[in-house]
Amino acid sequence: MFTLAKNDKLLLVIVAFFTLLAPIILNPFPTESAMAQFNAGYPDLMQRFVIFGIFAVGFNILFGLTGYLSFGHAAFLGVGSYAAVWMFKLLSYNIVPAMILSVVIAGIFALIMGFICLRRSGIYFSILTLAFAQMSFAIAYSVLSNPSFNLTNGETGLQVYNDDPQYLKGDGPSTTHLFGLEMRETFTLDIGAWAFQFNVGYYICAIFLLVAFYIAIRIFRSPFGLMLKAIKTNQTRLNYTGLNSKPYTLFAFVISGMYAGLAGGLLASMDPLAGAERMQWTASGEVVLMTILGGAGTLVGPILGAGFIKYFENIFSKINDSVLHSWFSLLPDGLENAIVWVLHFFVGKGWHLTLGLLFMLVVIFLPGGLVDGGTRIYNWVRKPRNPEPAEEGAQASTDQ
Amino acid sequence: MDAILLQILNGIDKGSAYALIALGLTLVFGTLGVVNFAHGALFMLGAFCAVTLQKFLTLSKITIDPTRLDFLGKPAKIKTPYVEAWFGEAAGQAIINWSVPLAILFAIPVMFLVGVIMERGLIRHFYKRPHADQILVTFGLAIVLQEIIKAIYGANPIQMSAPDELQGVANMGAALGLKLSYPIWRIVYFCFAVVIIGSVFAFLKFTTFGMVVRAGMADRETVGLLGIDIDRRFTFMFGVAAAVAGVAGVMYTPINPPNYHWGMDFLVISFVVVVVGGMGSLGGAVLAGFMLGVLEAFASTTWATTTIPGINQIVIYLVAIIILLTLPRGLLGRKGVMEE
Repeated sequence: MFTLAKNDKLLLVIVAFFTLLAPIILNPFPTESAMAQFNAGYPDLMQRFVIFGIFAVGFNILFGLTGYLSFGHAAFLGVGSYAAVWMFKLLSYNIVPAMILSVVIAGIFALIMGFICLRRSGIYFSILTLAFAQMSFAIAYSVLSNPSFNLTNGETGLQVYNDDPQYLKGDGPSTTHLFGLEMRETFTLDIGAWAFQFNVGYYICAIFLLVAFYIAIRIFRSPFGLMLKAIKTNQTRLNYTGLNSKPYTLFAFVISGMYAGLAGGLLASMDPLAGAERMQWTASGEVVLMTILGGAGTLVGPILGAGFIKYFENIFSKINDSVLHSWFSLLPDGLENAIVWVLHFFVGKGWHLTLGLLFMLVVIFLPGGLVDGGTRIYNWVRKPRNPEPAEEGAQASTDQ
Repeated sequence: MDAILLQILNGIDKGSAYALIALGLTLVFGTLGVVNFAHGALFMLGAFCAVTLQKFLTLSKITIDPTRLDFLGKPAKIKTPYVEAWFGEAAGQAIINWSVPLAILFAIPVMFLVGVIMERGLIRHFYKRPHADQILVTFGLAIVLQEIIKAIYGANPIQMSAPDELQGVANMGAALGLKLSYPIWRIVYFCFAVVIIGSVFAFLKFTTFGMVVRAGMADRETVGLLGIDIDRRFTFMFGVAAAVAGVAGVMYTPINPPNYHWGMDFLVISFVVVVVGGMGSLGGAVLAGFMLGVLEAFASTTWATTTIPGINQIVIYLVAIIILLTLPRGLLGRKGVMEE
């Protein structure tokens, strides 16, 4: 299938299985039960899993393969969103032109930014991308939102109004759709106490994710991907062999920018809004966190990281003091209050504290991320019994 | 003429903050070779040292005065800060009034300690790892520090005030016949920055300790081979850098009410400042700090913002990109620093 190696085929099938059945898998608790708050199987959250998965997979093509740490990728996400919303405003709510334009515009933008930033490497590159992203944020936030030339609508964010032209709209639906298939349409399947929601928008995103993931596998396994890995390993030596590495890194930068543009376009397709805060450098930091947490340089790592962060962001933010009290109500009062007081700083609004600590721990002790952790546990379990296959397992996982 | 001078004055107070942060950042980078994304957080921590001290000083004893009634007809509660009770009313009020300058004395040891702990506890383990890892772990640390402050002090900015004597506006150009009025505290801030920068430079230039540190910056291995414990001195310099960022934060509180987000806000710009000045060049960092501050002030004038809307927010980045493309080593960067 698709001319992939056996391992990669398996990986693609596993990812496809989990994404396509996510509405069921992520909904393990009955709707009425107390645990229902841990369900993640509702459209809004699942869309975010998948969209940020695409974003992180794209970021990983740059950072994981070439080692260039960009702190400006959120700029492409924002540009993609703006482009998509403009398509909604000018043509119609059909997402096809919006997706095309957002990828193309993000690609052009990445070409310009990459051409300038890639003149330096290492820490200079990180700071240049950071400066670029902050500049794009400021441009979107204030420069391009003046009354005479309003491209981004500043603080309010760009959205579709009733008096927008929408030349191709005709009798089409007045919400985002794919040739009439509305994004927000949801089919609810009730089985016993469970209610599974199958959302059109989610499946569109999921298909995009699978395509994006497939392309990423092909890039990882291509001669081009090998060249990028060589750049990461030793760029000086590569230059000594008479090879100009810059076009390769630039191409990788543009590809990952296009992935980010796609993610931005999808965000806007699910909810036709685009704001400048999507471009802020902390948003770029978030995708860095996702990629590192999952495992930079691995294929599934970024998707895992994105899902992990988005899930716990959502769950942790919901837990408040009264929920904590109900969990520990069996303990003696003094102990209960003490535990709740300590945990209080890490849940709810304190989610970012947990995220920061977790991220530091991962960088310090597990530079390979969750995927590396999983491999280590796997090897540790396998090794005592028969060392031979464990070696193979390690080999395969470093390849991923 | 007046307008130009005013913009320069406007620029130098922000420029002073940039220069102080960038100085510490460069010091850390030049000595330890570590890119510290948590340096902005140290600036923020310094500011919250001032907030903490002020909170402590205004801790009050509540006494009930039965002779007077409050508006509900109950005996009035009178709050007297403990410092007033201990040192007498006049001295106590003076202490509270001068809490921001006093916080410097409090912040220097605290921030020095924070810096040393950070270096010994975390950053030491990252010398041999790639720069990307250093960036990532200090980025994580910056998030953690910021969130801790947010958990303690909340998300709202906290109003701080300069001593009464230093509030208000000075009419500076009167002697020259210019109309130029400017807040006194900002002038104090500038002078303070000059003193701090001067003393750091003097320390490095004229003391034996500083000489060894400079030698270590140039060639760490040789200094180590001469039997000098260079690591310990570098740790000390990390503490100094943290203290410089801290006091810069303390003194900045009356200009701008501190909030937990300061670290991230100043971090990006101070990195740009360091890169424009030239990685590893202390003089370059200071020069670029003041230069970009003044530039930002000029871009904020009505004339500039009406010509190109929003120019004040992007001018620093534009200049940084142009400088890096024309002078890859920055303004005063030395050869061989951070070059692959």
